Amino acid sequence: MTSHNQEEINTNLKIFIAEIIKQDRPDSHLITVLHKAQELNGYLSREIMDLVSQEMNIPTSTIWGVATFYHYFKLNPVGKYNISVCMGTACYVKGGSEVLTAVKEELGIEIGQTTEDLLFSLHEARCIGACGLAPVAMINDKIYGELTPKKIVDILNNLKKESENTQIP
Amino acid sequence: MSTIKVFINDKEYTVESDITIMQACDAIGIKIPRLCYHPKLAISSGCRICIVEVEGMRNFVASCSYPVNEGMKIHTNTDEIRKARKDILELILDNHPKDCNACVRDEVCELQQLASTIGLRERKFEGVKREKYVDDSSPSIVNNHEKCILCGRCVKVCAQIQNISAIDYANRGFNTVIVPAFNDKIANSICTLCGQCVNVCPTAALTEKNYTQDVFKILNDKTKIKVAQVAPSVRVAIGEAFGIPAGSNMEREIAHALKLLGFDYVFDSQFSADLTIMEEANEFLERLNGKGKLPMITSCSSGWMKAMEQFHPDLIDNVSTCKSPMSMMSSVVKSYFADKIGKKSTDIINVAIMCCVAKKYEAQRPELAMEDGAHATDYVITTRELAWMIKSAGIDFKNLKGQDFDAPLGLSTGAATIFGVTGGVMEAAIRTAYELATNKPLENIDITSVRGNEGIKEGSIEINGQEIRVAVASGLGNAHKLLEAAKKDPNKYHFIEIMACPGGCIGGGGQPYAGIRDLPFDPKLVNERAKALYKADELNKIRRSHENPAIIKLYEDFLGKPLGEKSHKYLHTHYKQKFPKGIIRKSKEK
Repeated sequence: MTSHNQEEINTNLKIFIAEIIKQDRPDSHLITVLHKAQELNGYLSREIMDLVSQEMNIPTSTIWGVATFYHYFKLNPVGKYNISVCMGTACYVKGGSEVLTAVKEELGIEIGQTTEDLLFSLHEARCIGACGLAPVAMINDKIYGELTPKKIVDILNNLKKESENTQIP
Repeated sequence: MSTIKVFINDKEYTVESDITIMQACDAIGIKIPRLCYHPKLAISSGCRICIVEVEGMRNFVASCSYPVNEGMKIHTNTDEIRKARKDILELILDNHPKDCNACVRDEVCELQQLASTIGLRERKFEGVKREKYVDDSSPSIVNNHEKCILCGRCVKVCAQIQNISAIDYANRGFNTVIVPAFNDKIANSICTLCGQCVNVCPTAALTEKNYTQDVFKILNDKTKIKVAQVAPSVRVAIGEAFGIPAGSNMEREIAHALKLLGFDYVFDSQFSADLTIMEEANEFLERLNGKGKLPMITSCSSGWMKAMEQFHPDLIDNVSTCKSPMSMMSSVVKSYFADKIGKKSTDIINVAIMCCVAKKYEAQRPELAMEDGAHATDYVITTRELAWMIKSAGIDFKNLKGQDFDAPLGLSTGAATIFGVTGGVMEAAIRTAYELATNKPLENIDITSVRGNEGIKEGSIEINGQEIRVAVASGLGNAHKLLEAAKKDPNKYHFIEIMACPGGCIGGGGQPYAGIRDLPFDPKLVNERAKALYKADELNKIRRSHENPAIIKLYEDFLGKPLGEKSHKYLHTHYKQKFPKGIIRKSKEK
């Protein structure tokens, strides 16, 4: 996530769109634009999708259709810690779904959701290429391997503490 | 036009070279079963029901999209094809509810008819059912996801014909649904409630909100005066629901049936269409003389009014302040007519029978309410709903003797009849405006330039030496196009008529479903209905609204003069911008 304020995000996105729609078949760049929007804003908010609709002259229903089709697009704010539990074959066989359930129960959120304190977001991943360490989860850019339900809960608790300690009073 | 030879079911035929297999088969009289295909909408080859075998091809091909070529050997009816089609249909059906008998589309369901055509006589697959989710937030349209088979016709008609794009596919796989943007309720979306999606839906996934039970209930309430009014285009379409050929004018049967149903008075929305013309023609002449904005745009179509508020709020001052004929009638019934029969407006229940689902929304608009805040129109039912009520009450519609509408609000002119067809309001308005402005009779009152089924029409007429340029659009997609042109050059037109539905009200979202194995939203059907209205206009002795004796009397007894104080109180209104704001897609190359 960037620390830019909303106005800056919108301006940057508008500049990006203005450039891209000069090309042939501007509609075909919708996915690229949504990628950029998510990169700038962290997730695709209703306001951001409205902006894309206005700037690209594409109906919001179409944008909503694309945004809900691809797992990549996030429709809710993303937490400070973005958890992806791997559900690829190897991880699944080695107990990935128990790990996932443990995260859901510990944080009280479902896949695609973010905790109310905006600390954690939960996603599932399809193989992140660390099958040797199965089952694995990725939190932001760091991979945690050979997980058990207990291990992942400990990791989450440590992150909570870490976050409390780094908060400026 | 070049031709080629193809073999269809081992017989040789000469067909046009640039058509699809489906078109070639249609031309020789073989109708391949189809579902997502519609000739007026883009082809998506999604449902695969229309597959055929082409010799030399590895797989069966979708005939709706596959072009014919020289010497092609096509088989439409082999055992394998029949079995494959049956399997495909079963897979479409396996998550569809098995509640046909309790379904509002029972008897008129395209999916049911398709199953019968294909010969589906047992259900082998038992799929996971969709979650029951019903969006009945709007007073006009209900979206029942449980019944949706995702054929996509609604999405296409909304985007390609209406250029509104209120709905689209969302999510993926089994969770795919057709919803407004952001999963909003229809009532909170940009949906104009025109109901064209209902017309093309093959199942009961999209239907009008049904008020027939409420109306039956009120008909049994002896303390109320029940007043019905019937829109022009209802009378030339309702017969289709009874197997009577399209384009039969059933107005006398409708009046009779409504009396048998228990209505105390049966009036004609054509009377108030004449009234609309009196007000609108005078308003136009005022604007022409500098009082108000030009071009003036008509305001009869409820779907268009909602589209205007959300897509063209910059045109609010261009739109005529006249209420629609339905709302004018309801207003007059609850004021003038209530007085006349010595009743209070609260004693009266107004039921409007319309070809339209957006009118259900119009009836509930606060800006059209009576002084006491009550709705002027209490219930709106569609042509389809009335047809069902007639059947349900056991009325032998086909063999009714028929009767006239009640006086005084049942008398109308030919000008009012043609309100039901695109260009009709314009033609009626010109007939009256010309004669009011010039005090001379209009020599040729058939204004053919605004007739016909083109989406956009233009015409002009000279009034007192000034050339008046008019334009007409039907279907919101065409309306967007015409209005964009009018915005670019504000002096291009003086008067514009817009109807939300293709063909005008006769193509409305509340008209009877297509007959057994017919095409929904069929242009031929709409043409027949139009012809019937023009015929009725021609046969009417009075063809100018300002010559309607009942209208003249209404002004003498009650209203005073057009655009007078009472007219403003009962017959005019103002609209304001609504959100979310819709975007108008620029027309793009095909």
